[in-house]
Amino acid sequence: MPLRRWWQSAQALAGAPGVRGLGAGSEEWVQAARDVAASGGTLYALWVAAASAGAPHTSVYGAYLTDVGVLVVELALPAGGDPLYPGLEAIFPAASRLQRAAFDLSAVRCSDPDRRPWLNHEKPYEFIRVDGEGVHEIGVGPVHAGTIEPGHFRFSVVGEKVLRLEAHLGYVHKGIEQRFAELPILQGHRLAARVSGDSAVAFSWAYCQALEGMSGCAVPPRAAWLRAACLELERLANHLGDLGALGNDVGFAFGLAQFSRLKEDLLRAVASAFGRRYLFDIVTPGGMALDLTAEAARSLINAVRAVCSETAELRTIYDEHEGVRDRFTGAGRLQPELAARLGVIGLAGRASGQARDLRVDLPCPPYTELAVAKAVQQDGDVAARVAVRFEEVRESGRLLAQLLSALPAGAHAATVDTPADGAFGVGLIEGWRGPVLVALHAGPAGSVRRCHPHDPSWQNWPALEYAIIGNIVPDFPVINKSFNLSYSGADL
Amino acid sequence: MLKTLRKIATVGLVSEPAPPPDELLRVRRALDGRIAAVLGRALCIRHVDAGSCNGCELEIQALGNPYYNLEGHNIRFVASPRHADLLLVTGPVVRNMEAALRRVYAATPDPKLVVALGDCGCTGGLLGECPASLGPVSNIIPVDVAVPGCPPGPLRILQGILTAISPPA
Repeated sequence: MPLRRWWQSAQALAGAPGVRGLGAGSEEWVQAARDVAASGGTLYALWVAAASAGAPHTSVYGAYLTDVGVLVVELALPAGGDPLYPGLEAIFPAASRLQRAAFDLSAVRCSDPDRRPWLNHEKPYEFIRVDGEGVHEIGVGPVHAGTIEPGHFRFSVVGEKVLRLEAHLGYVHKGIEQRFAELPILQGHRLAARVSGDSAVAFSWAYCQALEGMSGCAVPPRAAWLRAACLELERLANHLGDLGALGNDVGFAFGLAQFSRLKEDLLRAVASAFGRRYLFDIVTPGGMALDLTAEAARSLINAVRAVCSETAELRTIYDEHEGVRDRFTGAGRLQPELAARLGVIGLAGRASGQARDLRVDLPCPPYTELAVAKAVQQDGDVAARVAVRFEEVRESGRLLAQLLSALPAGAHAATVDTPADGAFGVGLIEGWRGPVLVALHAGPAGSVRRCHPHDPSWQNWPALEYAIIGNIVPDFPVINKSFNLSYSGADL
Repeated sequence: MLKTLRKIATVGLVSEPAPPPDELLRVRRALDGRIAAVLGRALCIRHVDAGSCNGCELEIQALGNPYYNLEGHNIRFVASPRHADLLLVTGPVVRNMEAALRRVYAATPDPKLVVALGDCGCTGGLLGECPASLGPVSNIIPVDVAVPGCPPGPLRILQGILTAISPPA
């Protein structure tokens, strides 16, 4: 059955636009996955919600990004029986870790023969070994040599050349999903913001979007525009930080000095407008925690303009610097065909020809009125991921000028009612790293039955393992940085 | 090359002075004055993310930007705990990082200082103590200075570090 038929039989879900859900049996669960794959779609998230008073079955959910929208398939597991559901790893490689993590969190097992725990670190991890003359292993982490998050990388190398990389993550697993279930549903946005701190706006907006959809709250236009401004500021700050770090990783310290200065300029402007450098707890259920004065909006526009114009100047310097160009070009190449096969999404996907951007494909207000230009490259190397960042800085600059100069009048927040027991909603926001999803299941009396926040890093970590093959070990830092994936976001 | 040089000349020096130490951040008796004086001239820091959301890491990274100019204050981050005088620890300590944090602490030569960073590092934060998270840094290793905030800004972090190495007030 083609994807269109599944889509037509699915019902619209609360929350983000263009999301539909349907129930499936075991055979349909697999068939729907095959049909999504055949139509060029990809598995995005997979989670388990245990049975509760409002929901009699434990269910496995799969969310697919497709060309028509996001399809959420629910597989209800029989009560009391052996809950071994069919694994999707043969259709979507990214499914394997998602299924193993779901088992660690919910003790619901699938048919995947890879049963190595992912988030549970009680036993030593069994890495896949490479045999052969002259092959040796380099283990790195979990604590790294710089200020980054913890994770373990196992390289199998011959001389300097990487034959295989296997990442072992889950070191910053802190029980986010379980913690959500202890918080009132109207306060979960604070925890959502801390799933991956660099994507605070994206996650808290996605959480609020799901919640507002479930309780039928109409977000005032002014709040939507302010949220989008915050999301673009977050994108800008992260891209500036990465562009500097990428220069530094190829020995161009000038790049780090200049871009980290610009990022600081931006953060200070954000702090004077919103009272905080990083935009935690500013997107709240129903709207925004605070409003922006016309004067603050004007000075923010000026700060963004200055930062973007200096970035354009620095791009010329990066482009013309032979050493930088030499190290960026061809490093960590991920071909578009492989990116499609692995289901790579977001910024890294766009640098490998995967032209998906929720702000364009499934826009929520105010993106419906903004005509965002997608930044897409075909080369899939570090240079391409740098180029996507430069283009997105320019585009975010343009969007911010538009958003902040024409903020709709009116309230910046509305009240939100507690959603009914058993209600289900999905929030979807294109964060700086890629699409962020929050699946929210309401429990009784304003509680959370299950909340699964999903970072695009889940999909893109396995791609990094392919991008490094054939490169030399000293290029790993710059290749890794060019993806800049979240550990916290995927470790939950 | 000319553009690069011109840019450096145009921007000039933007570094700002360091903040004074703040005794309110100290949670444990200060180091002997003489040791502090020795450490204070060239401090080596090892950063350990023991379960952070990565918000604190963004602000630690900001310390290296030209405004805060950390190395200009004779402080730098090092790649091994064996080279470190001070551990800068973020996050509630999660179960999967407990062993790594204990090993880093054991590998750091005496006299060593520990600065716990952020609401999570100071109190456990929004996550608190749960099956996967063991709570504040002080639940696992002794902490000298605690810098709250979510995340604390770079000036506050720098102030915490300078408090840790300053002689007793």
